[in-house]
Amino acid sequence: MTSYLIRRVLTLIPLFFGITLISFLVIHLAPGSPIDVLADLNPKMTAEAKQRLITYYRLDKPLHERYWQWLRRFLALDFGVSFSADRRPVMDKIKETLPITITINVLSLLLILLVAVPIGAYSASHPYSTFDKFLTVFVYVGFAIPTFWLALLALIFFSVQLEWLPISGLRSLDYANLSLVGKLWDFVSHLILPVLLSAFSGLAGLSRYMRGSMLEVMRQDYITAARSKGLSEAEVIYKHALRNALLPVVTILGLSVPSLIGGSVIFEQIFGIPGMGRLFFTGVMSRDYPLVMGILTIGAFLTLLGNLVADVSYAVVDPRIRRGGG
Amino acid sequence: MGARDVIVFFSLSLSLSLSLFGCGERERAETPLPNLKSVAASPQPAYGDTVVEGSIGEATNLIPMLASDSASHGIAGLIINGLLKYDKDVRLVGDLAESWEVSQGGLQITFKLRRNVRWHDGHRFTAHDVLFGFQTIINPNTPTAYAEDFRQVKKAEVIDDYTFRVTYEKPFAPALSSWGSLVVLPKHLLEGKDITKSELARKPVGTGPYRFKEWISRDRVILEANPDYFEGRPYVDRYVVRVIPDLATMFLELKAGGLDLMGLTPIQYKRQTDDPFFRKRFTKYRYLANAYTYLGYNLLEPKFQDKRVRQALSYAIDKDEIIKVVLLGLGAPATGPYKPTLWFYNPDVKKYPHDPAKALALLKEAGWEDRDGDGVLDKDGQPFEFTVITNEGNALRHRTAVIIQERLKKIGVRMKIRVIEWSAFINEFIDKKNFEATILGWTTGFEPDQYDIWHSSKTGKKELNFISYKNPEVDELLEAGRRTFEQEKRTAIYGRFQAILAEEQPYTFLYVPEALPIVNARIHGIEPSPLGISYNFNRWYVPRELQRYGQVALVP
Amino acid sequence: MNWESVWRAVRRNPLTLFGGCVVVFLFAMALSATVLPIPDPYVIDADAVLEAPGGEHPFGTDELGRDVLSRVIYGARISLWVGFVSVGIAIVIGTMLGSMAGYYGGWVDGLVMRFVDVMLCFPTFFLILAVIAFLEPNIGTIMAIIGLTGWMGVCRLVRAEFLSLKERDFVQSARALGVGNLRIIARHILPNSLTPVMVAAILGVAGAILTESALSFLGIGVQPPTPSWGNILTSGKDNIQIAWWLSLFPGLAILLTVLSYNLLGEGLRDALDPRLRGMSG
Repeated sequence: MTSYLIRRVLTLIPLFFGITLISFLVIHLAPGSPIDVLADLNPKMTAEAKQRLITYYRLDKPLHERYWQWLRRFLALDFGVSFSADRRPVMDKIKETLPITITINVLSLLLILLVAVPIGAYSASHPYSTFDKFLTVFVYVGFAIPTFWLALLALIFFSVQLEWLPISGLRSLDYANLSLVGKLWDFVSHLILPVLLSAFSGLAGLSRYMRGSMLEVMRQDYITAARSKGLSEAEVIYKHALRNALLPVVTILGLSVPSLIGGSVIFEQIFGIPGMGRLFFTGVMSRDYPLVMGILTIGAFLTLLGNLVADVSYAVVDPRIRRGGG
Repeated sequence: MGARDVIVFFSLSLSLSLSLFGCGERERAETPLPNLKSVAASPQPAYGDTVVEGSIGEATNLIPMLASDSASHGIAGLIINGLLKYDKDVRLVGDLAESWEVSQGGLQITFKLRRNVRWHDGHRFTAHDVLFGFQTIINPNTPTAYAEDFRQVKKAEVIDDYTFRVTYEKPFAPALSSWGSLVVLPKHLLEGKDITKSELARKPVGTGPYRFKEWISRDRVILEANPDYFEGRPYVDRYVVRVIPDLATMFLELKAGGLDLMGLTPIQYKRQTDDPFFRKRFTKYRYLANAYTYLGYNLLEPKFQDKRVRQALSYAIDKDEIIKVVLLGLGAPATGPYKPTLWFYNPDVKKYPHDPAKALALLKEAGWEDRDGDGVLDKDGQPFEFTVITNEGNALRHRTAVIIQERLKKIGVRMKIRVIEWSAFINEFIDKKNFEATILGWTTGFEPDQYDIWHSSKTGKKELNFISYKNPEVDELLEAGRRTFEQEKRTAIYGRFQAILAEEQPYTFLYVPEALPIVNARIHGIEPSPLGISYNFNRWYVPRELQRYGQVALVP
Repeated sequence: MNWESVWRAVRRNPLTLFGGCVVVFLFAMALSATVLPIPDPYVIDADAVLEAPGGEHPFGTDELGRDVLSRVIYGARISLWVGFVSVGIAIVIGTMLGSMAGYYGGWVDGLVMRFVDVMLCFPTFFLILAVIAFLEPNIGTIMAIIGLTGWMGVCRLVRAEFLSLKERDFVQSARALGVGNLRIIARHILPNSLTPVMVAAILGVAGAILTESALSFLGIGVQPPTPSWGNILTSGKDNIQIAWWLSLFPGLAILLTVLSYNLLGEGLRDALDPRLRGMSG
């Protein structure tokens, strides 16, 4: 097991450098520079003032030098200082927003797992039943609806019409004066819609996948064997089939991390959540190079980590993988 | 309006003695319903409550000289004072300065400062803080966009703790206007430190009516009333700015009561807030904003060098249509680079009413005709085509471009629209003069000086006269306007300046939009002025029986 | 690939048939937009801003008084065009890299697959955002970047096909006859591995249309005045409480299109490639 782990981690190193190189190149495709944002329609900003800002930010250095410097500092988890007017370290900004985005994404993943697996399994064990057909419709609609539109409809319905849930942000204004339970509910109620909606299309996809995986397993010999041993259908399904069907599902879940993180831009924008997706979007729009590089890399790094966790847990469950030499 | 369409030109701009034409076009659009009227009839100012404002963009830096976005300046303006400020009639009054004196023919200004003003941390405010701020802003290592006005200063000195004096090289009419809230810094907290790394950027300490309380990144900034403010304790205990990046969401939040104050879009103003629900709960305001939108022609392009062509395009464009569709009537046609109602505005310049026939005639005179019958005008075998560029993120400008495109199509001019992300837009296109025409806007102030935008010496790369406008008479006028303090002379100078621009149409001046704030009806004490509504925020109040968030325990 | 079996598969499954019909209908609509008796989608009417459906404008008008029905129909051209070109780019890159990796194996395979792994680690939407905003949000950039970030799945599929096909007898005998590598790839293996690619392409079009609408929501999708379903829907979003028609119709168009492409793609996959049955993901 240890040697498997080591081998697996070693394969990550070239990936990691590939990631930093690509994110660096992407950002330097662009013309323009953050100085211009400071000059935003300001009749009082002159050419000398701009030049001064350029020297200040050292944008005059050649590309490879900037990359090399950045990489060295990156290994020390120092992403540099943001180009925005607050000039804060990028890492500070990421640290502020990452927990929020991770919380929402982990909750979404859990929700997807907890809901998709049982309904996928159920519809696999009752193929072509009414529920199965309903699920199919749900899946296709879930795939096909533009999420921001759905989010806005949900906001109007649950928050404006019914007044059940708050509209935006993470905490109410009077949060500090609430009781402990009140605080908890306040926080949870702010999260309900964002988590639900960001889980929505993943839910559709994964339940479909679960159903397929389950049907596949049910065709296998050992299930037939289990049945012929006289085990009840429920036992067959939940003890034998489910466990084996889950394995590929976990991998898929790991692979869906990047799209969840990507989707957070949209949800954080709509629900006014101060998370990393929005941080990234504002960074992109103002060409805050260090910030965008930092988040791209951290995002990729998280995915790498997610895949590693998925693979390792897979290997723990299924010894063939370990011996198979990754 | 787009999130990044920020107002930058924040230094106070003013003239020595100012008269006022009208009071902005304000409209108390909605009358409160009877149940509120009984309260409104005899509202008693009371302390307490919270005002929550919605903002699309987040503040970036609460040290004013380092920030260039309106969100930052809006918040910092409540925390930090300048030496001078405008009153509601756009007259210059003292803020931290009790009085001031201009001497030596305008070359020298001596400020007498208020005594007994304390920074929010209890430290005493003196002239050394002003000098320190001045030295910081002209320091080449300070990344600020506002140093230019202060570079005109030859000498700045502290006479005593409460007297500060500056001397200028040449008479400089915009001088006083520059001594707003940009330059005063707490020396005791910043001396010997790198201002770009100062924590004051996120935890500012000022002398103003509100003290900084908390900043939750990308979520909200909370300020609390300063009970020791030199003009008296503000009524509203707490001011909160919530960042909500999506306009539709922000509007829902307003509707649900989560916001007390936001700027509406024209559609929201006209179509979405015109029902009993909003009439009962909110008050809407409208007044001309300090900004205008224009279509600027790159005068290095041969086809735009002919004045008749530019005039023709101005005749072909229907400004009223743009105002009707894009602004839903909430704006005024622009005739020059100043907003109507200010003292230096010249209403008697050449106007360009929509007149396609005249446009075609002028174009024909200039040699443009549809000779090959393809529906597009041509000259020397070349069709009349050009591309207009505008920045991404400003829906009003996009719609304006689309309307102009349709109008020009009708007279046989093919216009393409290119929308470009802001920094590339400025850096690759505007700065390098790599464009044919552009739709953009300028924010204007209460000072007529526009040397940087129109003087022929400012046509270099990355300078503001990027359309390369050159007119010797305009140059002379702009120089003369800076060197005299007499309002009558300046009115004449800038009046002539506007007449020349109107005749020559280097820009087609399109419209002056209206600012459209909406405020929860429980908030009283708002007095709209040409400055807007928020200038007297410390006098706003909520009558006791209407208070919603209760009182905050303020520590003196 | 065998067109007869495709047709049989489509006919057998009503959902697939439905998807196919809608796809064909959309194409017909998009192609014939210019000859349909509808108003010019660019004509502005200052007196008809945000008018409700009815009379002259069966789908109502938008914030410039333009006819929403025409804009939705013309939007189909743009949205489908974005879908096809971006998927085309993804298919070309994915097929080229995938066939190289699968055919040559060894270090080529290693390099390509590491590249795929690296690309898969990025939150694709972040990458797309960064590139589009840094360059310029025009339709070309959008198609290119959606394509450039979407080829990895195709690459893996093609590689897997090649790995199994290259050991087959017909390939071995071609090689024994001295046929060149490129010729073997292009003539013998590639045509036999196109079924999963086609399915992936059909599903990819649906994804690209959704991506464009998400970009439009952020203001960096296809730029006005060119109508795309994404940007009509976005302007509908801002007016959702006073002009439901402005978001309902483009929203339904997206829903219906993506739904149909998914139904068609999955139906074909189930019919043509039984190994993959039900494994949507």
